[in-house]
Amino acid sequence: MPTLYDKVWSDHLVGERADGQSMLYIDLQLLHEVTSPQAFEGLELAGRRPWRIDANLATPDHNVPTDRRELGLAGIADPIALEQVVTLDRNCQRYGITEFDIRDPRQGIVHVVGPEQGATLPGMTIVCGDSHTSTHGAFAALAQGIGTSDVEHVLATQCLIQRKARNYQVAVHGRLGAGVSAKDLVLAIIGRIGTAGATGHTIEYLGEAIRALSMEGRMTLCNMAIEAGARAGMVAVDDTTLEYIHGRPFAPVGARWDEAETYWRSLVSDPDAHFDSVLELDAAAIVPQVTWGTSPEMVIGIDGAVPNPARLDGARADGVRRALEYMGLVPDQPVTDIRLDRVFIGSCTNSRIEDLRAAAAVIRGRRVAASVKQAMVVPGSGLVKAQAEREGLAQIFVDAGFEWRAAGCSMCLAMNPDRLQPGEHCASTSNRNFEGRQGHGGRTHLVSPAMAAAAAIAGHFVDVRKWA
Amino acid sequence: MNPVRIVSGVVAPLDRANVDTDQIIPKQFLKSIRRTGFGDYLFDAWRFLDEGDLGMTPNERRINHDFVLNQPRYQGARILLARENFGCGSSREHAVWSLMEFGFGCVIAPSFADIFFSNCFKNGLLPVVLDAALVDELFRLATGPAPLELTVDLPEQTIRLPDGRALPFAIDADRKRTLLEGLDEIQLTLAHGAAIEAFEARHRARMPWLFRSNHQKGASSV
Ligand code: SF4
Repeated sequence: MPTLYDKVWSDHLVGERADGQSMLYIDLQLLHEVTSPQAFEGLELAGRRPWRIDANLATPDHNVPTDRRELGLAGIADPIALEQVVTLDRNCQRYGITEFDIRDPRQGIVHVVGPEQGATLPGMTIVCGDSHTSTHGAFAALAQGIGTSDVEHVLATQCLIQRKARNYQVAVHGRLGAGVSAKDLVLAIIGRIGTAGATGHTIEYLGEAIRALSMEGRMTLCNMAIEAGARAGMVAVDDTTLEYIHGRPFAPVGARWDEAETYWRSLVSDPDAHFDSVLELDAAAIVPQVTWGTSPEMVIGIDGAVPNPARLDGARADGVRRALEYMGLVPDQPVTDIRLDRVFIGSCTNSRIEDLRAAAAVIRGRRVAASVKQAMVVPGSGLVKAQAEREGLAQIFVDAGFEWRAAGCSMCLAMNPDRLQPGEHCASTSNRNFEGRQGHGGRTHLVSPAMAAAAAIAGHFVDVRKWA
Repeated sequence: MNPVRIVSGVVAPLDRANVDTDQIIPKQFLKSIRRTGFGDYLFDAWRFLDEGDLGMTPNERRINHDFVLNQPRYQGARILLARENFGCGSSREHAVWSLMEFGFGCVIAPSFADIFFSNCFKNGLLPVVLDAALVDELFRLATGPAPLELTVDLPEQTIRLPDGRALPFAIDADRKRTLLEGLDEIQLTLAHGAAIEAFEARHRARMPWLFRSNHQKGASSV
């Protein structure tokens, strides 16, 4: 009996190539400025054209500055970054691909924009030259990150060539406690299975705790499936899914909606579906999480302390020692003793309206600690920004001493001017704490929006559950 | 893509697990819209002590002499020996481009991250998955008194050691053929163009809502 992944896979299977690999039909390709230029160039050099224009949607996000947005392209100070953004504009204009460019209020992080527009729909196959494409799996879509050669391949053929992955079930029983979010849940999962734990698999998250999550929470969960090694994470369709999509600009309407809904309702794993691996978790046991090291699996609860390599065996001890040295932490240091220089609330993991609401609820009426040099909020899209301004959230952030920025990837990967200085500790709602990820020598601690907000106020990590 | 058959040369041992693509090629270099020019920035934050940016050349940089790839004995290495989960993190194909441009033709590791692994085959970088115990042994040999030279033979699927041993490795038959023949992947798929069109027509009839051109008045492109 098929899993959700099996169903979406077989509904898109074109067939096998002569070499035995599967051809999977792709419904939607999301494009951004960093991984697409070489693909368009390759297409052109080979004298090929995109197979299906209306299956593509583009927006610049990685490289765009998050201030002086009113200047449009003129606000991009770095000429090389500018060339990349202009190249995306030019490629989209040339082929007639829908693009939300830097001046468009709908511009934003590609993984925030797709769902927000209703371009991401249940049962779709989605690709993007970005590993966090897994985000869209929250809609029971099969969404995968691909390299630039595959971006070109999908542009040219509308197919992705691959072999089917195995099925990995993550079942989360019970309910998350107050102050504990989807971010804490996914960090706890990665802490359990490791960054290669689900390599070669597609994860399906299911169970009571998942059903109770909003779409924003499910997106956070699927976003970080790649951090557990899985190329895709998925959540089955339910009322929450359909309510989120209904009425969005690209979503079907009327009779076509009804027809789609009938199909979408079937997008759940059969009760006796076979999973190759299973992880069961008790949601109630999960506490707010903080990463202490240089890999998302190096994570502990807020009530814990960083590990001591002296108590570990050979290879693991080396890895821990190296990470502690890079992070400037000492063995057995309590997490609440880690002091922060900067705080970043944003990224495709946690920059949606619900994330900003959670952070604002903690911040309201408080001030960023004097020891924190910079605290910034970068909404995931221009529309999230506008909504947060309407709801008064922006004012709460500004009153507390946060910078309120325009949409983009920003300090998640520090390709634009927003970045850490060497040695600085940052509480970040993003998804990767690799060495140098947020700036050369920078030290990233991954946390939920509420935890980042509380850390900004206190100047060090605190258990946000005690602030409720 | 150029065909790949045999890669032989010195082995550079990179003794770290979970080497991520942010380490292989840091983000500031991804601003380039070209496919080339990344070799000088491979493992940039490890090879150099100063912070690099596009356009800088190695001779104006502060070299980190402690980093393994900078040791004289590993200069000109063709084979990178790595630990588990090599290439985890982002989908950036620049990671493969920079390894190849630097001079590597093969990476040997106990395991690779999925997207990186798949990107290797699109470019002609040979990723060899080898049992962890054998990788351990290769690390011992590569860090021994003399540099280790290996011959990785793709047609034979073996790694030949100087002592005459040949270690077999497994590789997906289709992927092997892609490398051996240097095939144009897109051409292979387009050969099935009629099947794709037929599927697309069925798909459009069955799930018309997936085709924006069917129902989207707002979309400017259609
Ligand atoms: S926000 Fe970060 S993780 Fe997400 S797409 Fe942008 S750079 Fe990648």
